[in-house]
Order: sequence, then C-alpha cells, then structure tokens
Amino acid sequence: MIPAAFDYVAPTTVEDALAALAQYGDEAKIIAGGQSLLPVLRMRLNAPEWIIDLGRIESLRGVRDDGDAIVIGAMTPHVVVGSDPLVAEHASLVAKAVEHLADAQVRHRGTFGGALAHADPAGDLGAPALALGAEFVIAGSGGTRTVAADDFFVDLFETAIGEDEILTEVRIPKRTGWGATYEKFVRVAHQWPIVAVAATVRVEGQAGDRVFAEARIGLTNMGSTPLRARAVEDALVGQPVTDDAVRTAAALAADGTNPPSDLNGDADYRRHLATVLTRRAVLDAAGA
Amino acid sequence: MTATQERPSDAIEKEIGRDRRRKEDQRLITGRTRWTDNIVLPGMLHLAMVRSPFAHATITSIETADAKASTNVVDVLTGADFGAELGAIINAWPITPDQVTPAHSPMPADRVAFAGEIVAVVIARTAAEARDAAELVEVEYDELPAALDLKRSAADEVLAHPDLGTNKSALWVFDSAEAGTGGNVDEAIAKARTDGIVIEREYRQQRLIPAFMEPRSVVVDPTGEQYTMWSATQIPHIVRFALAATTGVPESKIRVIAPDVGGGFGGKLQVTPEEWIAWAVGRRLGKPVKYTETRSESLMSAHHGRDQWQKLTLAAEKDGTVTGLKVELLADLGAYVAIVGGGVPVLGAFMFNSIYKFPAYHFAVQTVLTNKAWTDAYRGAGRPEATYAIERLMSELAAELGVDPLEVREKNWIKHEEFPFTTVAGLEYDSGNYEAATAKAKEMFGYDELRAEQMARRASGDTVQLGIGISTFTEMCGLAPSRVLGQLDYGAGGWEHAEVRMLATGTVEVITGASAHGQGHETAFSQIVADRLGVPFESVEVLHGDTQVSHKGLDTYGSRSLVVGGEALVKAADKVVEKAKPIAAHLLEASVDDIEFSQGRFSVRGTDQGLAITDIAGAVFAAHNLPDGVEPSIDSEATYDPVNFNYPHGTHLCAMEVDTETGAVKMRKYVCVDDIGNIVNPLIVSGQVHGGLVQGIAQALWEEAVYDDSGTLVSGSFVDYLLPTAADTISFDIGHTTTPSLTNTLGTKGVGEAGTIASTPAVVNAVVDAVRHLGVDDIQMPCTPERVWKAINGPGSGGSTEGAAMPHFESGGAAGNQEQPGTASTDGAGS
Repeated sequence: MIPAAFDYVAPTTVEDALAALAQYGDEAKIIAGGQSLLPVLRMRLNAPEWIIDLGRIESLRGVRDDGDAIVIGAMTPHVVVGSDPLVAEHASLVAKAVEHLADAQVRHRGTFGGALAHADPAGDLGAPALALGAEFVIAGSGGTRTVAADDFFVDLFETAIGEDEILTEVRIPKRTGWGATYEKFVRVAHQWPIVAVAATVRVEGQAGDRVFAEARIGLTNMGSTPLRARAVEDALVGQPVTDDAVRTAAALAADGTNPPSDLNGDADYRRHLATVLTRRAVLDAAGA
Repeated sequence: MTATQERPSDAIEKEIGRDRRRKEDQRLITGRTRWTDNIVLPGMLHLAMVRSPFAHATITSIETADAKASTNVVDVLTGADFGAELGAIINAWPITPDQVTPAHSPMPADRVAFAGEIVAVVIARTAAEARDAAELVEVEYDELPAALDLKRSAADEVLAHPDLGTNKSALWVFDSAEAGTGGNVDEAIAKARTDGIVIEREYRQQRLIPAFMEPRSVVVDPTGEQYTMWSATQIPHIVRFALAATTGVPESKIRVIAPDVGGGFGGKLQVTPEEWIAWAVGRRLGKPVKYTETRSESLMSAHHGRDQWQKLTLAAEKDGTVTGLKVELLADLGAYVAIVGGGVPVLGAFMFNSIYKFPAYHFAVQTVLTNKAWTDAYRGAGRPEATYAIERLMSELAAELGVDPLEVREKNWIKHEEFPFTTVAGLEYDSGNYEAATAKAKEMFGYDELRAEQMARRASGDTVQLGIGISTFTEMCGLAPSRVLGQLDYGAGGWEHAEVRMLATGTVEVITGASAHGQGHETAFSQIVADRLGVPFESVEVLHGDTQVSHKGLDTYGSRSLVVGGEALVKAADKVVEKAKPIAAHLLEASVDDIEFSQGRFSVRGTDQGLAITDIAGAVFAAHNLPDGVEPSIDSEATYDPVNFNYPHGTHLCAMEVDTETGAVKMRKYVCVDDIGNIVNPLIVSGQVHGGLVQGIAQALWEEAVYDDSGTLVSGSFVDYLLPTAADTISFDIGHTTTPSLTNTLGTKGVGEAGTIASTPAVVNAVVDAVRHLGVDDIQMPCTPERVWKAINGPGSGGSTEGAAMPHFESGGAAGNQEQPGTASTDGAGS
C-alpha cells in the first residue's frame, strides 16, 4: 500500500493554494483531511504528480455566526463541527449527521468541506447540506462565487467546483428551533450508509394538534448525487404530526430516485428502505 | 549450596486457574517487538509481486525491460526464469488415493488459475521502488473461460484446469453401516418417509476470508551457513519440512522463524507462493530479501475459508427421536488443493452427528476445483460447517414437531451418565455433561422470560420481532492422534514436543513446538510450569517459533496447543523432577525413596531438610558434587502423541431482534456456557471465547467473499468485506461448567475455536426463529437486512448477493474527483 511518488506543497493562504493549482493544473490533486484520497493513492487507483495540502490554511478552519447563517470553514474537522454550539443550535441536522459519520479516527482527520467536495453520494454530509439549503463558497482566480446546494452536486464524485477553484466555506441558513434527525442504515457501524435520510422539520401548534409547517428532507445514497425528497416535503406541509400522515407522505420518498445495487442491497430494497427511514426520520425530527 | 532449614512461610498460590494478565501483551500491543515486517537486514532487497487480474488465462508474454530499467531495480523474474529450485506448493492431505491434484507452482509460467496469482516478482532496493517497477511489467494474457460457481463447476461445465479433464478432485465417504459404527441411513430415511419425519434442507456455507490483523510477510536471509526464513506463519516447523521436501535444500540447512505473528485463524496455516518465491529469489541473488503483502493482496490471494453447499437429510420418528442423518457436501477448493485443502470438510465429517445419538449416518464430500482463491482452514475448519448444519436441522425438526428446540435436543443427546460414548461416526467422547451446561445457560439467559416476550411481540404484531437461537455444540479438537491422522492419509503426525531447561541462576526456559500467534502461550505455559515445578510465574520464559530453538514441533491450529502441547510440557516438567530427585537425595544425604517433591522443594520425608529445585539446577551447573554416574543436567524434553481427540462442548443461547420493516437484525443477548474442562487462565479463555463468538457471529451476519461473473473478488477491501468492530457487538455473558477431560493430565479441553463453531448457528437460528411465524424457515448467510426483508416479504430466502462493490474508492479514484484531476479537493470524510 505504497502510493506512487508525488511532490507536495502546503500553502498557508487560499491565494497561494490557487496559485499552486494554476501552476500544476491537472497534474495536481488537493488534499484536505485525506480520508478518501489517501486510500485511493495507496491502492494506486490514482497517481497525481502534485499534492496540494490545504491543511495549513488557518482561514479555512472554524465555525462562525454570520447573521442569518452559520459559516463552516471547509477545512474544519468533522469532530469540531459535531461539537460546535452554533451548529447544534442552528443546524442540528448537521450535528446529527456528523455524530455517527464513519469512525472516530475519520471524524478527527476528515474535514467538512473535503467530504462535500468529494461528493460521494453515500457520504453523510451531502443530504443534510442539500436539505438545509446550504451555499457553497468557491474561490477562484477571479474571486469567489457562491453556489446553491441544488446546483452544487452534479454527478457521482462531481460538483460545481471548477478545475481552478477551491471550496473555502459552506454557509448554512439558520433553522433555529427546527427538529432534525439523520436516520442512517448500516450493517456495521463504520460503513458508508446503505441508505440514509436527513430530515429537518418545523412544527406548529400545541400538543395533540401539531402540524408540519415546513419540512426539508435529503436522501443519502439514493442516486448519483444526494437528493431532495421534495414530494415528501410537499406532502407533509400542513399535515398533522401523526404516524398515518407521515406514513402516507413518506411513501413518496423513493420517487425520482435512482439508487445503486451492490453487496448491501439492490435498488428496489433501497427504495423500500428510503420510505421506512424517511417515515422514522420525520417522526423523530417532529418529536413524535 | 546448603540445605535450607526453612519451609516457605506460605503455600504458593496455584498458578493454574489464575487470571494472569498476558505476559506478551505489552510488546504485542505497543508493537515494540519483532514482527516479520520490522526485520531489517544488511543489504536487504525488497520484493513486489505482479499478479494476474484474470481468473483463468494463458500467459502469452511478460515484458520486463521497462521494469528492469526502473530506478534501483535489481531484477525482475518470472516463472520461466526459474527451474526446479522454485519448488512446489504442497498438499499434505490427499483425502483419497485417486484425488485429482493440480500441480501448484509458486509462480506459474504458462497459465494462471485465479485472480491474484503471481506471474512475476520485482526485486529492488526499496519496497516503494519495487512497487513502482511492478506497475511497469507488462503481461499479456489470453483469457480462458473460468470455473466460478461451485455447483456448475461440479458439473464440469467449464474446467478450472483443462488438462485435468475434470473439476472433481476427490469424493470422500463415511458410511456408518460400512464402518460398522451404525445402521444404514437410506433405510432409516425410507422408514421415516412412511411413518416418521424427514427434514431435507440445503444450506450454504459462504466463502470467508480469515482477515488476520497482520498481513503476511516473509524475510529470507541466504547468507551464513544456514538459510533463514522469518515468516508471519502459524507453522514454522511445517514450512521448514516443506522447503526441504520441495526445494532441494537439506532440512539441516534451513532455519525457519515465526517471530511474533499477528493472528492467523487458520489463514497462516499454509505454505505460500510468496514464501517460496522469496526463498528462491534470496537463494538466486545471495542477498536477504523481504516481501510484505498489502491488505488488498491478502484478501485476494491468501487462502479463503468455508465455501460449501450442504445437502442434508435428517430422519426421525414422530416423537422426535432421530434415526438417521445423511450429509452430502460440495466443497470449493479454489484453484489448487491447499496444504490441508480437502481435509477441511473431512475434519467436519465426524461432527455432523454432534452430541446426538443417531443410529445411522452417511457423509460424503465432493471437493471441487474452481478458478477462485484456494481455500483451507479457517477457525474451526470443518467443525463450524458441521455444527451449523446439525444445529439448524435440530431447530427445524423442533419446528416441524412444534416443540421447544431445547426439548428435541435433550431427547436426543448423550446423557452425562452415558460417557464414554462411541458415536455413530466412530469417535469416543470421553466426557461431557450437556444437561448441566444447558441448565446453566438457560438460567443465565432468562430463557422463559424471553420466550414469553417473544410470544407477546408476536401476538401484538410488533414491528420488531424477537427470536431465540440455540446451539448445543461439541467439537473435536486437540489435533491429533497420529495414528488417526495416518488412517486418514494425512501427511504428518499430530504429536507435540516440549523441553524444560533449568538455568543455573534459577530461572526456567520452556521450549514448545506450538507456535503462538496471539493465543497467549507464554502466559498459560508459564502458569503450568510454575505449578508443576514450584517456581515463580515470572521465572519462566517460554520460547517458541524458531526451528533452531524449538527444533521439533507441529505448530498451532485446531485448538491443540494446550491439550497436546501443554501435555508434552507437563511430561517434560515431570521428567525434570525425576532427574533432579536422585541429585537432591545425594545432596540431602538421604535415600531417594525418602525424597518428596512439593511446591518446588525436595524434602526428606519426616524431616525439615530440603532443597529448592532451583538449588538443584545450580548444583547441576557446578557439577561439583553429583552422585556417581549421573549426568550434570536435569533439563528434559518430551514428545506427546495424544491418544484421543478432545471434546469441549457447550450451550449457546442467542436472542436476536428483527426489524420486520427493514430486515435489520440486532443482537439482544448472547449467553454461552462452555465446558472446556479445567481452565488454566480464565482471562485468556474469556478472550478466546469473545473473539471466537464475534468471528462466528460475523459469518452469520456480515462476512462474505463475493466474486463477480469474471472471477474478480468484489469484496476485495474492508469497504465490502464487512468485518465487525466492537461497535457492532454486545457484551456477551459467558459461563462455564467443568467436566475435566480424561485424555490429558491437566483435564483441559481446547477453547480456541469453540466460540466460532458454536455461535454461527445460534445466531441464524435466532433470526429464523424471529420470523418463522411469517413463513420463513431459512435465510442464507450472511443474514443481511436485504435477505431478511426479502425472506419475510417474498418467496425464496434472499438468494445470492449482487455482484458489485461500493464505488467509493474505485470510481472516486480511477475517474478522479469531478473527472478533473487537479481541481478542488479530492478527498473527504471517508463517508
């Protein structure tokens, strides 16, 4: 498990990283926490000539309050995101997803932005980001631009990040007071989810008479990108928080999905799982 | 040396039975020890292997020029570059005289027979340079049709080795009527069809990968008078024998060392192409060489385990009394007949009848060659397969009868007063008490309460159903009486050797022919010797695994180290005492007849005169004052050949929750009460039981080696070959009953494989029990949520797995992130 030889540069500013990208072009790969790239290199599935390490760019780390949003630096390790009080208060769906992401080692080395930029449809962060309507701040030689979550995930391992660009931070609109659940289905704890559902809901009304005011639901590993379960979201709004109502809405969870078939289950089984997990996630998020 | 007047103030606490922390753990856990891959020799070169990506192909050309020109590459060699000095990989157990056995070159020159087979070796100054150059070796293949599916291969549709004309390697049969150990099984089945019960089932033992923690590694040093090989192996003595037998180097010129070895589970009970190639390259170049496999190589090319289809017919009377058992197996050998190879299912042949009094029994196994990785021993080796089959069948019989599965077992098992008992398979079980173990397990489990909960959940139609699984197992371990092995045509004996050296300064060296690779021999054997010789535990040093130190031995597998190796050690220690006695008498100026030995002291009966055994060791070292004609040594050795196998047993009870909406299974409770005779070290036993249970549970729920239609191992990394971690298991409740074995002095029975053998059927029985009322009577292993859900929701029992890996590394790496290498971050959370 020895990677092919590569050269290594570790810039300390985003500007220097962009310059390195411009200089080495398609001979370079960016490394963040390394939790997906290193296995690829060690198995020699890829052999870039240059590795550009973002690990020394301090400005890419940390979580801050930005008015109606919180901003998570791309190089913030999962374990920091998972324990951050701002995240817990305003984007608890992210905190829930991070809690059981991979294993403790990965959560310490892996980064929030790295995972999202890797865009593995089985990754745990895509569906929450999508559900929460996150915005992706991308730096390039001409400055920064912001891409909406709906436009960020393009295909399997493919995002809106251009070849001369770097993801610097992710803005997540505050959803303070929303209930959230990340319902993850795995066979062993450290596995990528077979299917997972990220649900966050706002409920109105008094006990015994509660209704869904808003619902945002993301699906993990139900297609080549993270997906929104919009049919379920639409069906939920205005419905009472009851098992029957949620069951009816959740039955739509697999609409428009194209899940993979692999050793853990075929596409039909995943479609079925999506409906069950969506029901459970929504009910749990609603505190039912 | 003076005779002391004082007796020890306190009787020494007995070491046997103490939960000593393992002596070896600190160095093993911190890694501050000699693993093979740590070994660095002057001028050492490094090897990288070029392996076939095809399951079956003719090698048409191998272009090595670019690789040879690569930086610091010393040479690139192929099978064609070697002659007979490459040797051959042996099968030590041809199970029938007419067994079809393909020639097995460590590095074939003409044709590869499984994906992962070695076709060239690159030798360079560093491991990285060797790996780099290996990428430059260009091999051209003509792909051949591959024999992959076991049943289709048994029909000879496609030949794994075309020149052999068949894939059928050997048909091994045991029939109780022919052997005179029981009746005719076909008659029993025919009778049951008219007035009894016949249970017919077909079970799949999926292919497993031993997945030991330390990848295999080998270092060969051809400099000096002897050739030395360090190898991460379970079997240094057998490797030495096989090197001598196949490579033309005299055995006396070969030293094999298994330094600390990080697990094996049978997976390192092998003589490997990698060892033989390193040996040949080292000899050819006259330089030390090292090869350490990657995890990918290990999963692909180290031997796999299990892989059987089991066709089973059980006959019983209407009251549940069993009358016959017929077992017809297909066993997948993979591409070659490995060192034990077809012997693995034969080891199971004597165990299908298990603890039950079957009057008639028939067993047949057809071993089959395929173009997949070779198979061989994996923890339990034959006995888990047998236990799975019979314990699943007994639960099916209970379901058919509508009685509690424990009831039908009790009706048929050997009662404790019936021991010794000769079984229908011809073995003599020396001791056991199934009633006691079962009673204790039921109590620990809360059996009746859980049954009540199960009924309540069924009645309420709970989404989560509860199942209770039972496995009342026994096994034969302590391999093995040499005479029996001879009758089975195994190529070696089953004895073990031990030596005790009494050092001048009062410490003791113990040499064992068993070769520990994580079991804790150093601790347990120290306890035995401490008790036997009355010396402190800390004074005992256990040496093993180096054929120059431990010149005789048959290594570690088959739960044999304590029950065979420990007995050899007892005999060697007793010889030390016998040799020391006349010397003690001489020094104490007493008659030998008046000398007693107790707690490390020789004393003169009726007096307070005495000498410690360590004093005798000192006196022997000086040799100033010994009786006439007595040699100046009390060191002793013993070779012990067991007279019988050893039969641990136990009752395992498992409660599983099944989420009927998703098929997810969750272990609720696991209780096992194992009767392993007297226990030397309870802490080590707990570790063995815990680890064994998890490995057996993993077969039931998680692990499966899957090949795709072209013969590529799909589960080729730990992303797709699911090993459990502590996060996936629960706290087990383990207990013991004790019926000392009558076949060895210490009364011990093997424990290394018990947990693995017993747990698999307990778990599957529990899963099936949870959903039986929904019309399910089988779920193929591993019981994935998908299979469970499909079993509940449709016909069939969740057939074969989809032949695809998760794409996280493959697509992500090969295609590159965003298909634009060099753009934004390529890595992520690993999730």
